[in-house]
Parts: sequence; structure tokens; C-alpha cells
Amino acid sequence: MPAKPQAHRASAAETAPKKIDVKDLSAGFGDKTVLRSISMPIEDKRVTAIIGPSGCGKSTFIRCLNRMHELSPIARISGKILLDGRDIYDKGVDPVLLRRRVGMVFQKPNPFPTMSIRDNVVAGLRLTGSLRRSTTDQVVEKALVQAALWDEVKDRMSDPGGSLSGGQQQRLCIARALAVDPEVLLMDEPCSALDPIATARIEDLLHVLRNDYTIVIVTHNMQQATRVSDRTAFFLTGDLVEMGSTDDLFTSPRDPRTEDYITGKFG
Amino acid sequence: MRAPGPVDRRRGKVGERLFVWLCLACVLVPLAMLGVLLGDVIVDGAGRIDWAFIRGFPSRRASVAGIWPALVGSIYLIGLTAMMAVPIGVGAAVYLEEYGRRSKVAGFIEVNIANLAGVPSVIYGLLGLEVFVRVFGFGSTILAGSCTLALLVLPIVIMASREALRTVPDSLREGAYALGATRWQTIRQVVLPSALPGILTGAILAVARALGETAPLIVVGAVVFITFSPDLHSQYTALPIQIFNWVSMPQKAFLENAAAAIVVLMVVLLLLNSVAIVLRNKYQKRNY
Amino acid sequence: MQQKRHTDREYEAELSRVRDNLLRMTGRVEQMIADSVRALLEGDVPLARRTIEDDHKVNRLEVDTDDLCLLILAKRQPLGSDLRFITLAMKMVTDLERIGDLAVNIAERAVALSGERPAAFAAVLSRLAELDQNQLREAIESFVTRDAARAEKVCASDDQIDKLYWQLAQEAQKDMAHDGASLERGIHVQAAAKFLERIGDHVTNLAELVIFLVRGKDIRHLGKLES
Repeated sequence: MPAKPQAHRASAAETAPKKIDVKDLSAGFGDKTVLRSISMPIEDKRVTAIIGPSGCGKSTFIRCLNRMHELSPIARISGKILLDGRDIYDKGVDPVLLRRRVGMVFQKPNPFPTMSIRDNVVAGLRLTGSLRRSTTDQVVEKALVQAALWDEVKDRMSDPGGSLSGGQQQRLCIARALAVDPEVLLMDEPCSALDPIATARIEDLLHVLRNDYTIVIVTHNMQQATRVSDRTAFFLTGDLVEMGSTDDLFTSPRDPRTEDYITGKFG
Repeated sequence: MRAPGPVDRRRGKVGERLFVWLCLACVLVPLAMLGVLLGDVIVDGAGRIDWAFIRGFPSRRASVAGIWPALVGSIYLIGLTAMMAVPIGVGAAVYLEEYGRRSKVAGFIEVNIANLAGVPSVIYGLLGLEVFVRVFGFGSTILAGSCTLALLVLPIVIMASREALRTVPDSLREGAYALGATRWQTIRQVVLPSALPGILTGAILAVARALGETAPLIVVGAVVFITFSPDLHSQYTALPIQIFNWVSMPQKAFLENAAAAIVVLMVVLLLLNSVAIVLRNKYQKRNY
Repeated sequence: MQQKRHTDREYEAELSRVRDNLLRMTGRVEQMIADSVRALLEGDVPLARRTIEDDHKVNRLEVDTDDLCLLILAKRQPLGSDLRFITLAMKMVTDLERIGDLAVNIAERAVALSGERPAAFAAVLSRLAELDQNQLREAIESFVTRDAARAEKVCASDDQIDKLYWQLAQEAQKDMAHDGASLERGIHVQAAAKFLERIGDHVTNLAELVIFLVRGKDIRHLGKLES
């Protein structure tokens, strides 16, 4: 798949405008606090990686970004998350509509098993009643091309979603998320259930996607973070320890805790 | 404790073999008994079945008695029962599983549904008599009968549907929410289709149960002997009732009729089950 | 400074081996500098020859260390200070190996003088050699202790080495004007002094690498990157 020209994209060294601005975010379940006063920017049309050991709050963090955290009955949350300047936790904001602007791809691929590949791609639109029959085929093709899956499935669009391999299923989920035309794409360890070749395909995909979408990716694979992201944030037991350009953070981190984590001196 | 030697291993193997045979016996013996019973019935009754028997009406003379009213009555009954019990049961299961998961009300309801499933069917008959026959004024009609049966099988439908909904992994629900779907959109388009096989199983169980009930129908006024084809507003009877009636007759010829009617009942049951199983398999293939 | 240990003990051991190799190489080349200069000043040709032969041990260490670093890069994909350490170790062995070669060059000059003792330059040559050895030791100490300030002092001392070299060069030129024998002697001595000056430059390189390792900031070619 030919790579899109990157001439119009600002070089990684410059700071891009903030798409999401997290201010003083604290979150938890019941009595347990999982995130403590996190403040950080997510730059527009960049890939921001979140790294940290298990239990440091990475998944909870991105679930706060699309208001999925509050789906749990004992969830607590405080602070502000500004999307294009507006707090997503404002009283007037509908979380359902928010999730159409901020999409999510999960760790384990979860295509809808009762739907065909074609139906899976447009599921997001059909579920919300925004699918127009006249444009279905175009939407499907565009999303599958963006997810680098079109060539592999264009002859088997009626096959069930679950009949694909793990890596293909994950790309199908990405296509499904993209078909809704979000502005931000959240990815929670998208490659951890995949083999190295499937992982490489998705990483390759990210290089092209970031021209059009703001991407936040949680990963426990540091080498992956170095490969795909422009900015990296290191979380440790609920605190944001360090955030900076990926190149700098992984070659010369400022905080000794970051240094210890990335060189494997933990535990 | 010393290490297991060759004698212990042999003993272990013998013990295991005995256990396996015992389990097999527990399965085979009742099946064998059932098989003998069924075989006996089929031998007795299969010869009696012909078109006249099926289309015929009950009579004091065994040779011309038929099961048509009972057959029609049964079919109406299970049809109406399914139409009422399945939507209500699935709806209740959806509420309990999707909306009320942690509320105290839902927990309370859940406990009581299990209890309801164990209540003797005659009690439902009494309830139906008071509520449907008298208070609602349906009288002793198929409508009252099927409402009563619907109440009877409702716990089965609810429990089976809940299990089916539980087997739908949360990852699917999350996937739908993440796309910006509301809870109801998610349930309707993602969860229910996935749970369909299990829900159909519940429906099959319910219908099978309803088909075989006798006591509650008698309590709500099903009669034994009618000479016309019943409809929703008339008196009615059902196959189990007809069978019970013929079995209690002194003449031996009626026993043969009863056996034949049992065979017809089983065929109807088998047909219904097959339809449901075919449907279930068709939907199950889509679930990976 | 007590370093935190890596969770993977085998990784920790591999890094230790690299460190040990670097220390051993340094020890050897330090000895080679001392021996070659002594051979030159005392006219000890056998010592000079032995020094030349021993160079292969240094080369062996260079190859082993490079292989080790390559394996670590492939297996461990190091990051942060580990990444800087491994990449710098690979550069350091190059500098150390060059120092060894320069010591060999000095020893060759001792052989060429065939036993003649350049007494007039003994003092300055010894001083120059001593400076080189000290600064080399300081550079490797700062590497072991991750002491950037100490390494900076090594970089600063390069001026001193250069000044001594020029002093020696001028003295040698004056001497060469005397007679034919002095000319040949002068050429070898000046060459030896040049080699010692270049050893000083390599030692400065080592010190700059240490500063990068510790601080994560590249101070090499400071002021000379823009064209």
C-alpha cells in the first residue's frame, strides 16, 4: 500500500496544537484510586504512546478519554478533559455522541460474530442509525483500504466476521472504528494478542493513519512505542512520571524512574 | 507416604474403570427403560394411526374415536403460549441481565424466578382459574389455558434466556459502546442476535413443557370430550388430557387409541424440536 | 555510585562482561604506552619488539567486545542509558585499539633507533607519556564511576598535551639542525611525540563519549557541526 506523502505534516520535533488537554484527572473504582491528578496534552495528528507497568492506570486513562470508564457502576472520576477546548465531562455532553468522535480499538479483537465482514465495517453506522444505503459500499471500501485489509477480503465480504485470522480481525476492528469517521483513535494494546507479522502490519498502518487521526496507543511493548509514536507518556502507579518526545525519552530519559523502567531495572 | 508402585497403579486403573462403567450404567439404564417404554407404546399404537384417527372426533366407540379436537387444541395452546411467554420472558431476561445487573430489585427477582420454576403446575392452574377464567373473564377457553401455561413456562424461558445473554462476552458490548451505540441499540443489534441460539433453546424447552401439561389445564376448565374443532372462544381439550381420558377407560381398545395418541404427541414434539434445533444451528454457525 | 541492577541477571552479566573488557583493554594499552616509551628512551629493542607483538591481544579484545555488543543489541534491544552504553562501548574499543596501534608505532621508532638513547628529550617525552597514561586512567575511571565532571577535566587537559608536543617538536627541530645523526634521531623522536599527541586526542574522544553516556548530551564536535 503506497504511503501517503508526509510533506504537510509538521516534523516530530515541533509541538502540534492540542487535540485533547487532560487537566488534573483523577479516577478510580470505589475506594481504590487508579489515576492521580494527571495533566498532559495529546497533540493533534500525532501518535501518543502510554507506557508503564501493569496496574499503573494506562487502560483506565484512555477509557476516561472516551467516557467508557464511567460504564462501570463503581467508577469515580474527577478533573477535566478538554477535546478541542470543550470539557467532555460537561453536563451538556452526550457520551454516546462523544464516542463517535473518539473511537476505540481493544486488546482482543472483537468483531461482531453474527455479522458479515461488510456488516461489521458499517456496524458503527448501522448501530447508531446513521447508515445511508446509497453510500454503504463506498464507506466499506474506504474503511477497509484505510485499515490495509481491502485486498485480503474484497472477495469474501459476506463471510462472517469471525472467520478471519487474529491480525485480520484486529484490522477489521480498526476499519469498523474508522468507518464512523472519528477524530481520535484510542488503541488499548492492539497488538498484544497478535503474532509479529500481524503486529508489523498494524504498526505500518499506524504510520499512515496518523496523517489523518490523532492516535493514543497504550502498549506494554516499549520497542513498539519507540517505533510508532511521536510522544510518549510514562505512568507509574497512577502518576504521570514523565512525558516527552519519544526519541528523547527512550535514549535519554529525564526521570530516574523512567530510566529504570525502560532498562528493565524494575522489580 | 511411599511412591506409587505397580500394585497401586493397577488398583487405580481398576477403580477408574469401575467408575466409568458405573456412570455409563446410570445413563444407559434409564435410557433403556425409556426405550422399552417407547418401544412398547409404538408397537401398541402405531398400527392404529391413520388419517381417520387424526381427523376423527372422540367417540364412545374406540374404533372410530379420533384426536382432531385434542390435536388442534394442543397446537393452539402451545402456539399462543409461545407467543406470550417468549417475548415476555426474553424481555424480563434482558432487563435482569442488561439493565438491572447490580440493583437489589433485580437480585430479588432473580431469586424468586428460580423458586417459581419449582412450583407444582397445579398451583398455576389454580392461579389461572382465578385470574384468567374468572377475573379477566376469559372463561374456560384456550385463551385462559394458554395464559396459564405461559405463566408456567415463563421461568424456564427467563432462566434460559439469561444464561444465553450471559454467554455473550462483554467485549462485544464494549465494542458496540465504543462505536457510539446506546444500550438499547447494543442489545437489539449485537447482544440479542448473539444470544439467539440459547434463547431458542429456552423456547424449545418451554414449548415442550407446555405440550405435556395436563393438570393445570384441567383446573382451568379444559374438557375431556368435545365433538367439534375448538377455537379461541370455545371449550377445548388437549392431547395429554385426551390420552389420560382414554387410559382410564375400561375397554382395552381405548388403550390402543391412547398409545396411538401418545405417538402423535411425540411426533408433534419431535417436529417442533427439529424446527427449533435447525433454527438454532443455523444461528449458531454464525457465532465463532 | 551504586547502580540499580537489571531484573534479568543474565543481561546484567552480559553488560558486566562488556565493562570488564573495556577495563582490560585500557589496562593493556596503558601498559603498552609505558613500555613503548621506555623502550624508546632506554634503547631497549627487545622490549619494543615484545610490545609490538602484544598488540594482537588488544585486537582480540576489540573483536570480542564488538561481538558481545552486537549480541546485546540483537537480544536485549537496550534503551536509555543501556543503549548509550552499548553504542559508546563499540566506539570506545575503536579509540582504545587505535591507542594500542599508536603505541606500536612508538615501539617501531624505538626499533628504528636501534638502541640509541635520545637522552636530550627524555624528560619531555616521559612527561608527555605520563600525561597520556594519567588522562587515560582518569577517562576510564570517569567511565566506571559515571562521573561527567571528571571526564570534562580530561578534555580540558588536552591543551596541556598539545603544548608539550609543540615544545618537544621545537626542541627536536633545533636538535636536527646540528648534524646528520641528529637528523635521524630527531625525526624518530618527533614522530614518537606526534604519536603521543594523537594518543591524547583519542583519550579526549573517550572522555567526550563518557560525558554523552552520563549526561545524554552530545558534546562532540561542539562548534564544528555547522558548515
